[in-house]
Amino acid sequence: MQGRIHSLESFGTVDGPGTRFVVFVQGCPMRCAYCHNPDTWEMTGGTLMEPSYIIEQYEKNKAFYANGGGLTVTGGEPLMQVEFMIELFTLAKEKDIHTCIDSSGIAFNPNNPAFLEKLDRLMELTDLVMLDIKHIDPEKHKDLTMQPNENILKFAAYLDERHVDMWIRHVVVPGITDDEKYLFDLGYFIGQFHNLKALDVLPYHTMGEKKYESLGMEYKLKGVPAMDKDKLLDKKKAIIDGIKKRRYNE
Amino acid sequence: MRPEWTDFVAGKWDKEVNVRDFIQRNYHPYDGDEDFLAGPTQNTKDLWAQVLDLQKQEREAGGVLDMDTKVVSTITSHGPGYLDKSKETIVGFQTDKPFKRSLQPYGGIRMAEKACSDNGYEVDPEISEFFSTHRKTHNAGCFDAYNAEMRACRSSHIITGLPDAYGRGRIIGDYRRVALYGIDRLIEDKQAQKDSTGRVMTDDVIRLREEISEQMVALKLMKEMAASYGCDISKPASNVQEAIQAVYFGYLCAVKEQNGAAMSLGRTSTFLDCYAERDLKNGTFTEEQIQEFVDHFIMKLRLIKFARTPEYNQIFAGDPVWVTESLGGVGVDGRHMVTKMSFRYLNTLTNLGPSPEPNLTVLWSTRLPANWKKYCAKMSIQTSSIQYENDDLMRVDHGDDYGIACCVSSMVIGKEMQFFGARANVAKCLLYALNGGVDEVTKKQVGPKYRPATGDVLEYNDVMSKFIDMLEWQADVYVNTLNIIHYMHDKYCYERAEMALHDRDVKRYFATGVAGLSIVADSLSAIKYAKVEPIRDEDGIIVDFKTTGDFPKYGNDDDRVDSIAQEVVHRFMTAIRRHHTYRNGIPTTSILTITSNVTYGKATGNTPDGRKKGQPFAPGANPMHGRDTHGAVASLASVSKLPFNDAQDGISNTFTIIPGALGKEDKVFTGDIELDLK
Repeated sequence: MQGRIHSLESFGTVDGPGTRFVVFVQGCPMRCAYCHNPDTWEMTGGTLMEPSYIIEQYEKNKAFYANGGGLTVTGGEPLMQVEFMIELFTLAKEKDIHTCIDSSGIAFNPNNPAFLEKLDRLMELTDLVMLDIKHIDPEKHKDLTMQPNENILKFAAYLDERHVDMWIRHVVVPGITDDEKYLFDLGYFIGQFHNLKALDVLPYHTMGEKKYESLGMEYKLKGVPAMDKDKLLDKKKAIIDGIKKRRYNE
Repeated sequence: MRPEWTDFVAGKWDKEVNVRDFIQRNYHPYDGDEDFLAGPTQNTKDLWAQVLDLQKQEREAGGVLDMDTKVVSTITSHGPGYLDKSKETIVGFQTDKPFKRSLQPYGGIRMAEKACSDNGYEVDPEISEFFSTHRKTHNAGCFDAYNAEMRACRSSHIITGLPDAYGRGRIIGDYRRVALYGIDRLIEDKQAQKDSTGRVMTDDVIRLREEISEQMVALKLMKEMAASYGCDISKPASNVQEAIQAVYFGYLCAVKEQNGAAMSLGRTSTFLDCYAERDLKNGTFTEEQIQEFVDHFIMKLRLIKFARTPEYNQIFAGDPVWVTESLGGVGVDGRHMVTKMSFRYLNTLTNLGPSPEPNLTVLWSTRLPANWKKYCAKMSIQTSSIQYENDDLMRVDHGDDYGIACCVSSMVIGKEMQFFGARANVAKCLLYALNGGVDEVTKKQVGPKYRPATGDVLEYNDVMSKFIDMLEWQADVYVNTLNIIHYMHDKYCYERAEMALHDRDVKRYFATGVAGLSIVADSLSAIKYAKVEPIRDEDGIIVDFKTTGDFPKYGNDDDRVDSIAQEVVHRFMTAIRRHHTYRNGIPTTSILTITSNVTYGKATGNTPDGRKKGQPFAPGANPMHGRDTHGAVASLASVSKLPFNDAQDGISNTFTIIPGALGKEDKVFTGDIELDLK
């Protein structure tokens, strides 16, 4: 089946290991205040594309993705289009392509057996999930994204049970997600998972603001400065400390 | 074997002039990493500080610190010059002191005068008089032979950047021969070449005999010049310091006599490594000493300077010399050709800091050793000073001893050369096709009076057929202009020093070039896939376009438009190939206006792709700025589809990326979290 695609990027270097072909899907239920792709929120719109077309585009330039790179689907929220994803990754695996999903986990629903059955199939075809946890605190998560984080955290446990490699991504926004107490809690939470392979701490930047302007949308973080990269190391350390506490009780 | 060659593996090279054979038998591929490299010595630091100070003075003086206005530059015209004789391990300047630009009037006296006057100097009137009255220059020769059409094309810039008033450059002498054989042996070889010419005195034979005589004079002068620095290059070099010095002297002679558009060095590092390895093994020199020689050599190459006019600097976006050195690559026997010396050359970017000159060019192959690839990537990120070229592509035609002249022109060292031909503005040619040969800026009839495009909407097949006709005309006038230029350059501004370091029978590439390819591709795509309405002025000349609807744009890996770009290159080359070329040069073309794209844009009116009059062209074969929307790989894929067979002189793509877009910073990103925690 066709996927609803926002755009294709042929040279992705920050969305998974190596150089990657990146598919941005259209549609996301989250409304993260700092989202720099608000144009991917709407569930309608975008371009309908066949999975075979996307794989064709990948294969044309596969030499670039050969050494440790691969295919990443991000968005938007890829798990909102599970059936399309299954078809896309089935084709990818036939070509021995490394597959990665960059997800917020918001689509995960442990109480929906039909969804779970499909997700189980998709995870068999997925080499890596980059799970973006926006905030560890349920209330603050809601403030930031307009959505609860309960199922998102359960998604991490689900991935661990299924032995799907996981990277945790976390965007640090000054005054919003930079409280080291919560960062420690985040580390403490993810420290329990054995599938955790990497931690990707991303500094908040203000480059998204212009997009909101041009889309005629209100930017909630107006006036919030970009995250100072030097301070980021301390923030990373807080998360690592949490992981260590959980794992080694250090 | 000669004593200087002790410990080298013998072969064909010790019986005939054959540097490649020497390299193949004696080089040691290096698979290790950069840990062996040495930092700068105190002498290096002192000398470089002196250079930085002189550079500051030069900037403060408005760009030129000193110019020679009285002495016409030849190999031996100037006595020795130094920064600090006691500290320099490699010596030699173009004139008798650093930062003093030489006077080179053979390309054209007016250009030499203007280069001086624009910088506040005046050429000695006696010299001006001599080169206006008694000795003709290359420039004067060209204008004696040009016809009216050529002059019109030149001033309307449909053919542009022609080397008719400045040195054509792009010829690389095999400077390694000076080190390996010494001048005396090379003179003997040239004498034998001269004795071997045909006995029937046709034009070609006469010219060849005269040229070889000139070359022999140059060789003798090289020896004299080296002697003035206290160096004897009549014999082969006996260690790496002498070898580097000899290579540099060879090159120095070339730049003393030619202010060429690109004065490239060749492929010297792996050759020199043979000496370095021998010296390290014998304990002649330490790694630190060898790096010092290399640092001083590279420092000298950074100080090559020419007298040029502001207009010249505008065409070339600065004051480039194009001292291109080709590094690495893979040999035809499958061994890679990366040596420790390849690392040492790149290490100068650390020891002396980043620099555009010499233009360090890595001949890239998928089969290069991983450590070298990593080091190149690291140095690229740190210094932005490295150029890359596809060795896997070029090795097929040129083998494993070719080098790059300028930015992309490949030629076998000492066996092939090129007649540099600037470029044809194909974007303007498209506008001529629409306007029946009338220039859209000057409104003059420059091209042939073919039927212009009529009607309210441009029709693809009609435009394409008109464009191809106009392209044929453009190629015709272009090649013929170049024929005159190279005839006159050979006659009045012959590169005797460089050609002395070539074989007798060289393969000559007759280079042409294309500017504005992406504009033409996008314009034709707009005409084909969108609706383009021409807007005419009061005289009926199309001066603007109204384009409605979207169209595929070159740079997005979209075959609908990429195929148009391919076709344009092929059509252009086909038209070029139709013509007689001077000295039976093999026609090639390049798509590489890396620096002149801005100037060409200024001379070209509105184009159907939406580009406005005066806006710069994209550099080289690049997609137009901002039109490649699918990321770098798609953009590169469009470029890589251009047929190399039809653009054998090279296809260039300028690629800029912010470091953050190249991947994660290690400090922030924690991969392999298990390892990190323990």
